[in-house]
Amino acid sequence: MTEFTVERTERGIGVIRPVGRLTMVSAKQLTEAVAGLIDGGTARIAVDLSATEFMDSSGLGALVAGLKTTRQAGGDLRLAAPNEQVLTILRLTNLDKVLRPRDSVDEAFDRG
Amino acid sequence: MRTWALRFLVLLTATLGVNYVVWRWLASLNWDAWWIAVPLVLAETYSLVDSLLFGLTMWRVKRRGEPEPPPEGATVDVFITTYDEPLELVRRTALAAVAISHPHRTWLLDDGGRAELGAWAEDHGIGWIRRSDDWVDRPRHAKAGNINNALMATEGEFLLILDADQVPEPTILDRTLGYFRDEKVALVQTPQVFVNVPDHDPLGSQAPLFYGPIQQGKDGWNAAFFCGSNAVIRREALMQLGVSRYVGEVEISVHRALRTSKAVLAKAVKQLTPADEHLRASLDHVAYDIGRAQRELQRGMSIADVTYRFRQRVDSISRGLVESDLATLQADLAEIGAISASLEGSEGGLAVLEDSALAQMSHRDWSPLGALETVRTLLGSIDVDRGHEAQPVMPLATISVTEDMATCMRLHTMGWRSVYHHETLAHGLAPEDLGTMLTQRLRWAQGTVQVMFRENPLTQRGLTIAQRLMYWSTMWSYLSGFAALVYIAAPIVYLTVGILPVDSLGSDFFARLIPFLVVNQLLFFVVGRGAKTWRGQQYSLALFPVWIKSFTSAFGNVFLGRDLDFAVTPKVRQEREGAPWHLIKPQLWAMALLVLACAAGIARLATGEADPLGTWVNIAWVAFDLLIFSVLIQAALYRGYQADDQERQSA
Repeated sequence: MTEFTVERTERGIGVIRPVGRLTMVSAKQLTEAVAGLIDGGTARIAVDLSATEFMDSSGLGALVAGLKTTRQAGGDLRLAAPNEQVLTILRLTNLDKVLRPRDSVDEAFDRG
Repeated sequence: MRTWALRFLVLLTATLGVNYVVWRWLASLNWDAWWIAVPLVLAETYSLVDSLLFGLTMWRVKRRGEPEPPPEGATVDVFITTYDEPLELVRRTALAAVAISHPHRTWLLDDGGRAELGAWAEDHGIGWIRRSDDWVDRPRHAKAGNINNALMATEGEFLLILDADQVPEPTILDRTLGYFRDEKVALVQTPQVFVNVPDHDPLGSQAPLFYGPIQQGKDGWNAAFFCGSNAVIRREALMQLGVSRYVGEVEISVHRALRTSKAVLAKAVKQLTPADEHLRASLDHVAYDIGRAQRELQRGMSIADVTYRFRQRVDSISRGLVESDLATLQADLAEIGAISASLEGSEGGLAVLEDSALAQMSHRDWSPLGALETVRTLLGSIDVDRGHEAQPVMPLATISVTEDMATCMRLHTMGWRSVYHHETLAHGLAPEDLGTMLTQRLRWAQGTVQVMFRENPLTQRGLTIAQRLMYWSTMWSYLSGFAALVYIAAPIVYLTVGILPVDSLGSDFFARLIPFLVVNQLLFFVVGRGAKTWRGQQYSLALFPVWIKSFTSAFGNVFLGRDLDFAVTPKVRQEREGAPWHLIKPQLWAMALLVLACAAGIARLATGEADPLGTWVNIAWVAFDLLIFSVLIQAALYRGYQADDQERQSA
């Protein structure tokens, strides 16, 4: 079972941290977490992947869906600290051309 | 041994065919009558290529044996797609789906959003999925959209897709999931067979040649087709396809949006009036930022980062404008709204964007503020959020009304494998009247031609040459309408005015043509393995107006942005009075002309004006044409499936 921790930093950035596997089974939870933050007025969201062991294409699909909803709410969605497997699937689908992962959550919204 | 014999026959057909057609081009053309001679030899060349592609398909016919058992713990979602079919029919399919023995969840994908069906589904433990709110006022993409929507709401590892009329066997998953033990297999297709069709199959509903040797042949080249229903798909393959397509489309659309924005601004700057001179700085700023965004993309910065910053800068420039300026903007705003609505309504997606809405935007004379607002709107609708689509990720292709073929080809380009499992595991309903059947065939043909125009298999990277030819072969077969016109015209021309497109009907001609025709038919007979392939052969010629219309309408749709007149195939019989002769008018005309031409030919023979050999050869040709067309008479007189009616009454 995948766990999601959701918190808000002092700078007003929402941080979602999926722990374990982000797959077709847990993708919907991510989408809901994003929607929850936006409803609460936080549209700038960083997805902290440091504890995400494995991601499949459905997980990527949920990230893209999250990017859409945050953008439409005037914010943005950034990725932070993915492991090798996640980087590999990002490259395999070319999604790294759209979403460039940052090294850490702190850097996610460094320059705006 | 059988493969060896089949390949020998394929080679023999090819050799004889090439021998005949090359001779036709080099030594037999009657150039005095080039206006019929050239079309005829082109039509014959078309038929030869068709025959060669068929031979290639048969070269590696793959008869898969017993499937392996399903992988342990496979999770499956069964999707039943429905729009407006009768509830009784949908319920029957849904209950059969629930009874499938392998563990799974059953879902009704109800594009009609019928509350009655929803309540019934809940009572039977069946999921009921309607389109989410995201789809309001956005392109719905018919069945592809329906399935894409459901993909986001479910989580099974595999998906069984069923049309509302396809009643599955309980074993359907046990017999197909085993192929997915191969991690590269994305798709397993099983045959589509119809129960409401009499033995003589007047409407040509069964496709024993396609759901048999042709699919097995394509399978041999790892090109088995996805046919929209009775197929199991690996979710991961579909989602991976969806995400990488999303990236590709975003790349293209962002570049186009920036280019168009640049053009819009350049024009606005040129037309600045003295009164608007104070806006020059803002326009220049945005123009500079566009250039900067383009350079950043070129340097390989990620698209989301570039467009995010660009949007923020444009927003802050817009905020700096004074109220009085904004008042002059009102007129432009309405126009922007109209154009961006047409952006959103374009079914073809990006392929159509460039030509229509974008050109419209860059050609119009905007006020300076209108230009700024246009840039904002452009990026708003064609950015990484793909605001003009309901979902950013569309795993099932939406470029064609036959989403199945386009999706399958894209999966193959990504290196996935497909499987054809030759065992009937679902029983469906075919159209029972000529009109519905014609609508359905038109839809398939249009979809295939759309894919040919939009994503031509011959140019798709990632496909093997054989895979390209397997897709091309199906598209090529839909071009037969034009050849049919020539095959009808040539004997009419000879019998009425005595002009022969061939130099002479000497022994050379027959010695080359007859063996080819005989061996070609023999090949059909052998690969058909006793199946009734004659109906299919008849319809491929007899429906020539449908094929021609599919070509012209798909051309208009893809290149001129016209509507396809798309119609969903009705699953219930259309009520009508009398036989629908009006639907086959062109064919009736053709038949009448052929018969009249025969009479003219015999009259010319009687008066000694015509050559007996030529006349009889052409009359034989006409007889063959009429035999082909005769199927339409049966079809028009067909009253629907009777045995089925009796069953319904007794039930």
